[in-house]
Amino acid sequence: MTPLLAIESAELYVAGAYLVFLLLLLIYVAIMAAKLQRIQRELRSLAEFAESPRGRRDLGRVREREGRIESAREGAQR
Amino acid sequence: MARALSLITLRRLAIATVAVLAAGYALAFFYAPEDADQGFIQKIFYLHVPLATVALLGFMVAAVHAIRHLQTGDPIHDARAYVSIHISVIFGLAVLLTGAIWAKGSWGIWWEWNEPTLVSFLIVFLLYATYYPLRYAVEDRDRQARYASVFAITAGAFVPLNFLAVRLAEPLIHPRTFSSAGGLPGSMLFAFLVCLAGMALLWVTLIWFELDAKRASGDLGRIRRALEATA
Repeated sequence: MTPLLAIESAELYVAGAYLVFLLLLLIYVAIMAAKLQRIQRELRSLAEFAESPRGRRDLGRVREREGRIESAREGAQR
Repeated sequence: MARALSLITLRRLAIATVAVLAAGYALAFFYAPEDADQGFIQKIFYLHVPLATVALLGFMVAAVHAIRHLQTGDPIHDARAYVSIHISVIFGLAVLLTGAIWAKGSWGIWWEWNEPTLVSFLIVFLLYATYYPLRYAVEDRDRQARYASVFAITAGAFVPLNFLAVRLAEPLIHPRTFSSAGGLPGSMLFAFLVCLAGMALLWVTLIWFELDAKRASGDLGRIRRALEATA
Protein backbone atom coordinates (compact mmCIF):
# COMPACT_ATOMS: atom_id res chain seq x y z
CA MET A 1 0.00 0.00 0.00
CA THR A 2 1.27 3.50 -0.87
CA PRO A 3 1.74 5.72 2.17
CA LEU A 4 -0.36 8.93 2.04
CA LEU A 5 2.66 11.25 1.95
CA ALA A 6 3.94 9.54 -1.20
CA ILE A 7 0.84 10.66 -3.15
CA GLU A 8 1.55 13.70 -5.28
CA SER A 9 -0.16 16.91 -4.25
CA ALA A 10 -2.12 17.13 -7.54
CA GLU A 11 -3.70 13.76 -6.75
CA LEU A 12 -4.56 14.95 -3.24
CA TYR A 13 -6.29 18.07 -4.61
CA VAL A 14 -8.23 16.02 -7.17
CA ALA A 15 -9.27 13.51 -4.48
CA GLY A 16 -10.17 16.40 -2.16
CA ALA A 17 -12.42 18.06 -4.76
CA TYR A 18 -14.27 14.83 -5.59
CA LEU A 19 -14.61 13.92 -1.88
CA VAL A 20 -16.02 17.36 -1.03
CA PHE A 21 -18.71 16.89 -3.70
CA LEU A 22 -19.46 13.36 -2.46
CA LEU A 23 -19.69 14.63 1.12
CA LEU A 24 -22.14 17.39 0.12
CA LEU A 25 -24.25 14.83 -1.72
CA LEU A 26 -24.18 12.49 1.30
CA ILE A 27 -25.24 15.30 3.67
CA TYR A 28 -28.15 16.13 1.34
CA VAL A 29 -29.20 12.46 1.10
CA ALA A 30 -28.95 12.07 4.91
CA ILE A 31 -31.19 15.14 5.46
CA MET A 32 -33.71 13.83 2.91
CA ALA A 33 -33.61 10.36 4.50
CA ALA A 34 -34.39 11.91 7.91
CA LYS A 35 -37.34 13.78 6.33
CA LEU A 36 -38.64 10.60 4.69
CA GLN A 37 -38.35 8.74 8.02
CA ARG A 38 -40.46 11.45 9.67
CA ILE A 39 -43.08 11.13 6.90
CA GLN A 40 -43.10 7.32 7.34
CA ARG A 41 -43.52 7.70 11.12
CA GLU A 42 -46.46 10.09 10.67
CA LEU A 43 -47.99 7.82 8.05
CA ARG A 44 -47.72 4.85 10.44
CA SER A 45 -49.38 6.77 13.26
CA LEU A 46 -52.16 7.92 10.87
CA ALA A 47 -52.65 4.32 9.68
CA GLU A 48 -52.90 3.14 13.33
CA PHE A 49 -55.40 5.91 14.02
CA ALA A 50 -57.45 5.02 10.91
CA GLU A 51 -57.63 1.39 12.08
CA SER A 52 -58.87 2.35 15.57
CA PRO A 53 -62.71 2.56 16.18
CA ARG A 54 -62.48 6.33 16.72
CA GLY A 55 -60.40 6.70 13.59
CA ARG A 56 -62.93 4.75 11.50
CA ARG A 57 -65.69 7.01 12.76
CA ASP A 58 -63.67 10.19 12.09
CA LEU A 59 -62.60 9.02 8.64
CA GLY A 60 -66.25 8.40 7.83
CA ARG A 61 -66.95 12.00 8.77
CA VAL A 62 -64.02 13.20 6.64
CA ARG A 63 -65.41 11.29 3.62
CA GLU A 64 -68.87 12.76 4.25
CA ARG A 65 -67.41 16.26 4.51
CA GLU A 66 -65.32 15.83 1.36
CA GLY A 67 -68.39 14.49 -0.47
CA ARG A 68 -70.37 17.57 0.58
CA ILE A 69 -67.53 19.88 -0.57
CA GLU A 70 -67.29 18.01 -3.90
CA SER A 71 -71.03 18.19 -4.59
CA ALA A 72 -71.07 21.91 -3.65
CA ARG A 73 -68.18 22.48 -6.08
CA GLU A 74 -70.01 20.60 -8.85
CA GLY A 75 -73.15 22.63 -8.11
CA ALA A 76 -71.19 25.88 -8.35
CA GLN A 77 -69.66 24.78 -11.69
CA ARG A 78 -73.13 24.03 -13.11
CA MET B 1 -44.05 11.59 -25.54
CA ALA B 2 -46.38 11.50 -22.52
CA ARG B 3 -46.32 7.69 -22.60
CA ALA B 4 -42.50 7.68 -22.77
CA LEU B 5 -42.35 10.11 -19.83
CA SER B 6 -44.75 7.96 -17.78
CA LEU B 7 -42.33 5.02 -18.12
CA ILE B 8 -39.64 7.04 -16.33
CA THR B 9 -39.67 6.38 -12.61
CA LEU B 10 -37.41 7.73 -9.90
CA ARG B 11 -35.69 4.35 -9.57
CA ARG B 12 -34.96 4.12 -13.33
CA LEU B 13 -33.76 7.71 -13.38
CA ALA B 14 -31.44 7.08 -10.42
CA ILE B 15 -29.98 3.96 -12.10
CA ALA B 16 -29.43 5.91 -15.35
CA THR B 17 -27.77 8.73 -13.38
CA VAL B 18 -25.35 6.37 -11.61
CA ALA B 19 -24.53 4.61 -14.91
CA VAL B 20 -23.88 7.84 -16.87
CA LEU B 21 -21.88 9.44 -14.03
CA ALA B 22 -19.77 6.27 -13.60
CA ALA B 23 -19.14 6.13 -17.37
CA GLY B 24 -18.31 9.86 -17.46
CA TYR B 25 -15.76 9.72 -14.65
CA ALA B 26 -14.27 6.46 -15.98
CA LEU B 27 -13.76 8.27 -19.30
CA ALA B 28 -12.36 11.36 -17.54
CA PHE B 29 -9.77 9.37 -15.57
CA PHE B 30 -8.90 6.49 -17.93
CA TYR B 31 -9.69 7.70 -21.47
CA ALA B 32 -9.17 11.46 -21.60
CA PRO B 33 -5.46 12.39 -21.71
CA GLU B 34 -3.78 14.44 -19.00
CA ASP B 35 -3.73 18.15 -19.73
CA ALA B 36 -0.34 19.20 -21.14
CA ASP B 37 -0.36 22.46 -19.18
CA GLN B 38 -1.98 21.59 -15.84
CA GLY B 39 -1.34 17.85 -15.59
CA PHE B 40 -3.45 15.57 -13.36
CA ILE B 41 -5.09 18.41 -11.40
CA GLN B 42 -7.08 19.33 -14.53
CA LYS B 43 -9.27 16.24 -13.78
CA ILE B 44 -11.21 18.56 -11.41
CA PHE B 45 -12.49 20.23 -14.61
CA TYR B 46 -14.78 17.21 -15.26
CA LEU B 47 -16.51 17.83 -11.92
CA HIS B 48 -16.28 21.61 -11.50
CA VAL B 49 -17.47 22.77 -14.97
CA PRO B 50 -20.48 20.38 -15.30
CA LEU B 51 -21.54 21.38 -11.76
CA ALA B 52 -21.32 25.10 -12.63
CA THR B 53 -23.13 24.65 -15.97
CA VAL B 54 -25.96 22.62 -14.43
CA ALA B 55 -26.30 24.98 -11.43
CA LEU B 56 -26.62 28.06 -13.67
CA LEU B 57 -29.05 26.30 -16.03
CA GLY B 58 -31.00 25.14 -12.97
CA PHE B 59 -31.48 28.75 -11.85
CA MET B 60 -32.86 29.54 -15.31
CA VAL B 61 -35.18 26.50 -15.19
CA ALA B 62 -36.47 27.85 -11.86
CA ALA B 63 -37.22 31.18 -13.57
CA VAL B 64 -39.22 29.38 -16.30
CA HIS B 65 -41.27 27.54 -13.62
CA ALA B 66 -41.78 30.84 -11.78
CA ILE B 67 -43.15 32.42 -14.99
CA ARG B 68 -45.51 29.43 -15.40
CA HIS B 69 -46.58 29.87 -11.76
CA LEU B 70 -47.45 33.54 -12.24
CA GLN B 71 -49.29 32.70 -15.48
CA THR B 72 -51.36 29.79 -14.17
CA GLY B 73 -51.31 30.16 -10.36
CA ASP B 74 -50.69 26.39 -10.16
CA PRO B 75 -48.70 25.68 -6.94
CA ILE B 76 -46.85 22.77 -8.63
CA HIS B 77 -44.84 25.31 -10.68
CA ASP B 78 -43.93 27.18 -7.48
CA ALA B 79 -42.81 23.88 -5.90
CA ARG B 80 -40.72 23.08 -9.00
CA ALA B 81 -39.10 26.54 -8.95
CA TYR B 82 -38.37 26.19 -5.20
CA VAL B 83 -36.79 22.74 -5.58
CA SER B 84 -34.81 23.79 -8.69
CA ILE B 85 -33.29 26.68 -6.74
CA HIS B 86 -32.61 24.42 -3.74
CA ILE B 87 -30.66 21.82 -5.74
CA SER B 88 -28.86 24.50 -7.78
CA VAL B 89 -27.74 26.26 -4.59
CA ILE B 90 -26.27 22.95 -3.35
CA PHE B 91 -24.54 22.49 -6.72
CA GLY B 92 -23.36 26.11 -6.50
CA LEU B 93 -21.79 25.47 -3.10
CA ALA B 94 -20.00 22.45 -4.60
CA VAL B 95 -18.77 24.67 -7.49
CA LEU B 96 -17.28 27.19 -5.03
CA LEU B 97 -15.61 24.49 -2.93
CA THR B 98 -14.20 22.44 -5.83
CA GLY B 99 -13.11 25.67 -7.55
CA ALA B 100 -11.25 26.81 -4.44
CA ILE B 101 -9.46 23.43 -4.20
CA TRP B 102 -8.53 23.61 -7.90
CA ALA B 103 -7.31 27.21 -7.47
CA LYS B 104 -5.12 26.24 -4.50
CA GLY B 105 -3.62 23.34 -6.46
CA SER B 106 -3.06 25.30 -9.68
CA TRP B 107 -2.43 28.91 -8.65
CA GLY B 108 -1.43 28.44 -5.00
CA ILE B 109 -4.34 30.54 -3.70
CA TRP B 110 -7.84 29.56 -2.52
CA TRP B 111 -9.55 32.69 -3.93
CA GLU B 112 -8.80 35.68 -6.18
CA TRP B 113 -11.02 38.72 -5.63
CA ASN B 114 -9.88 40.40 -8.89
CA GLU B 115 -11.05 37.48 -11.08
CA PRO B 116 -14.49 38.29 -12.61
CA THR B 117 -15.47 34.61 -13.07
CA LEU B 118 -15.01 33.74 -9.39
CA VAL B 119 -16.58 36.89 -7.97
CA SER B 120 -19.55 36.83 -10.37
CA PHE B 121 -20.36 33.22 -9.49
CA LEU B 122 -20.13 34.10 -5.78
CA ILE B 123 -22.57 37.00 -6.37
CA VAL B 124 -25.04 34.66 -8.13
CA PHE B 125 -24.70 32.11 -5.31
CA LEU B 126 -25.23 34.72 -2.57
CA LEU B 127 -28.19 36.17 -4.49
CA TYR B 128 -29.92 32.78 -4.50
CA ALA B 129 -28.91 32.14 -0.89
CA THR B 130 -31.23 35.04 0.03
CA TYR B 131 -34.20 33.27 -1.65
CA TYR B 132 -35.07 31.23 1.47
CA PRO B 133 -35.03 34.00 4.12
CA LEU B 134 -36.95 36.27 1.70
CA ARG B 135 -39.50 33.56 0.94
CA TYR B 136 -40.15 32.64 4.57
CA ALA B 137 -40.32 36.28 5.66
CA VAL B 138 -43.81 36.32 4.07
CA GLU B 139 -46.39 34.38 6.10
CA ASP B 140 -49.34 34.24 3.70
CA ARG B 141 -48.75 31.16 1.47
CA ASP B 142 -50.16 32.67 -1.75
CA ARG B 143 -48.24 35.92 -1.39
CA GLN B 144 -45.13 33.96 -0.40
CA ALA B 145 -45.36 31.90 -3.62
CA ARG B 146 -45.99 34.99 -5.79
CA TYR B 147 -43.11 36.99 -4.28
CA ALA B 148 -40.80 33.97 -4.56
CA SER B 149 -41.75 33.65 -8.26
CA VAL B 150 -40.98 37.32 -8.90
CA PHE B 151 -37.61 36.84 -7.17
CA ALA B 152 -36.86 33.68 -9.21
CA ILE B 153 -37.67 35.47 -12.50
CA THR B 154 -35.58 38.55 -11.67
CA ALA B 155 -32.61 36.52 -10.45
CA GLY B 156 -33.01 34.10 -13.38
CA ALA B 157 -32.73 37.00 -15.84
CA PHE B 158 -29.56 38.11 -14.03
CA VAL B 159 -27.83 34.74 -14.63
CA PRO B 160 -27.33 34.97 -18.46
CA LEU B 161 -26.54 38.70 -18.20
CA ASN B 162 -23.92 37.93 -15.59
CA PHE B 163 -22.50 35.13 -17.76
CA LEU B 164 -22.29 37.50 -20.75
CA ALA B 165 -20.60 40.21 -18.68
CA VAL B 166 -17.97 37.75 -17.48
CA ARG B 167 -17.32 36.62 -21.08
CA LEU B 168 -16.77 40.24 -22.11
CA ALA B 169 -14.52 41.03 -19.12
CA GLU B 170 -10.77 40.60 -19.25
CA PRO B 171 -9.76 37.28 -17.60
CA LEU B 172 -7.12 37.47 -14.89
CA ILE B 173 -6.23 33.85 -14.13
CA HIS B 174 -9.43 31.81 -14.62
CA PRO B 175 -9.58 30.38 -18.18
CA ARG B 176 -12.69 30.99 -20.29
CA THR B 177 -13.90 27.44 -20.99
CA PHE B 178 -14.38 26.61 -24.71
CA SER B 179 -13.50 30.14 -25.77
CA SER B 180 -9.86 29.58 -26.79
CA ALA B 181 -9.12 28.68 -30.41
CA GLY B 182 -9.65 25.01 -31.11
CA GLY B 183 -11.22 24.32 -27.69
CA LEU B 184 -10.85 20.89 -26.05
CA PRO B 185 -9.37 17.89 -27.89
CA GLY B 186 -12.00 15.32 -28.99
CA SER B 187 -11.38 12.74 -26.24
CA MET B 188 -11.49 15.39 -23.49
CA LEU B 189 -14.64 16.94 -24.97
CA PHE B 190 -16.36 13.53 -25.17
CA ALA B 191 -15.53 12.73 -21.52
CA PHE B 192 -16.68 16.22 -20.50
CA LEU B 193 -20.01 15.88 -22.35
CA VAL B 194 -20.73 12.49 -20.70
CA CYS B 195 -19.92 14.02 -17.26
CA LEU B 196 -22.18 16.98 -18.10
CA ALA B 197 -25.03 14.62 -19.09
CA GLY B 198 -24.50 12.65 -15.84
CA MET B 199 -24.56 15.81 -13.74
CA ALA B 200 -27.72 17.02 -15.50
CA LEU B 201 -29.33 13.62 -14.80
CA LEU B 202 -28.26 13.88 -11.14
CA TRP B 203 -29.91 17.32 -10.93
CA VAL B 204 -33.15 15.96 -12.43
CA THR B 205 -33.08 12.90 -10.10
CA LEU B 206 -32.62 15.05 -6.98
CA ILE B 207 -35.41 17.40 -8.14
CA TRP B 208 -37.73 14.43 -8.68
CA PHE B 209 -36.78 12.90 -5.30
CA GLU B 210 -37.37 16.14 -3.40
CA LEU B 211 -40.65 16.88 -5.22
CA ASP B 212 -41.90 13.36 -4.34
CA ALA B 213 -40.97 13.93 -0.68
CA LYS B 214 -42.68 17.35 -0.70
CA ARG B 215 -45.82 15.85 -2.28
CA ALA B 216 -45.96 13.06 0.34
CA SER B 217 -45.47 15.57 3.14
CA GLY B 218 -48.21 17.82 1.68
CA ASP B 219 -50.65 14.88 1.38
CA LEU B 220 -50.00 13.93 5.01
CA GLY B 221 -50.65 17.50 6.08
CA ARG B 222 -53.97 17.48 4.18
CA ILE B 223 -55.07 14.23 5.89
CA ARG B 224 -54.09 15.62 9.30
CA ARG B 225 -55.99 18.89 8.69
CA ALA B 226 -59.08 16.98 7.46
CA LEU B 227 -59.04 14.81 10.60
CA GLU B 228 -58.56 17.83 12.85
CA ALA B 229 -61.53 19.56 11.17
CA THR B 230 -63.85 16.67 12.10
CA ALA B 231 -62.55 16.26 15.69
